[in-house]
Amino acid sequence: MQGIPYEHGLILASILFAIGLVGVLTRRNIVFLLMSLEIMLNACGLAFIVASARWEQADGQVMFLMILTLAAAEVAVGLGLIIQLYRRYHTVDIDRLSEMKG
Amino acid sequence: MTLLFYLAGAVAVISTLCVIVQTNIVHALIYLILSLLAVAVVFFSLGAPFAAVLEAIVYAGAIMVLFLFVIMMLNLGQHSRDQERSWLQARGWILPGTLAAVLLVQLLNVLLVIDHDFVPTEVGVLEVSALLFGPYVLAVELASILLLAGLVAAYHLAKK
Repeated sequence: MQGIPYEHGLILASILFAIGLVGVLTRRNIVFLLMSLEIMLNACGLAFIVASARWEQADGQVMFLMILTLAAAEVAVGLGLIIQLYRRYHTVDIDRLSEMKG
Repeated sequence: MTLLFYLAGAVAVISTLCVIVQTNIVHALIYLILSLLAVAVVFFSLGAPFAAVLEAIVYAGAIMVLFLFVIMMLNLGQHSRDQERSWLQARGWILPGTLAAVLLVQLLNVLLVIDHDFVPTEVGVLEVSALLFGPYVLAVELASILLLAGLVAAYHLAKK
């Protein structure tokens, strides 16, 4: 069977990460921002899985599980914040939320 | 398996691109689910079936359902779609897009130097579980505490 060059997996992870980065930098809707963060976290997980497959060790998959847990906790807290923000300001525009100045 | 990897990778990249250029938030979410499922197929083709199953269940299932519920609660209609379209002007994304592309090219430059083929061998549930409940048992406990903290915080924040 023909093998997969493992840098191709890492290249896929970097492309997904860059797309997520563009999303974080360009969007102003806070829900889109959270979705772009998810894309970036997922790309990191993909890089760990590629490394795990390359060296045939399960450690990379364990790290992926940790990233999954982190993403779940982050999304729960982030979405709770979004609901509270929407209740108070009736907007999802992050530029309108500049009142929080320390 | 090789064909599966490249096919699923292409689907993941295209659908992720669709996520960040969408103006309708529900369509973006559906594209994101497609992207996550494609990444799950990539995991499977790399010989990580346990991670693939978790990606489909936890990411594409649980986390995306959370997003869907919040979007339904926010009830964003036509107005927000027009607003999104006005925000997505070229002058808003050309500079960040160029910067991210430069970073990507640098990363690819580093990655293309090395060249080793490998045939993916399956690292199954048994090996992962043996590690999880062996050397990484403290990390598993800490992850459960993190999830508990997330639960309490989300309950407190979203309360009226």
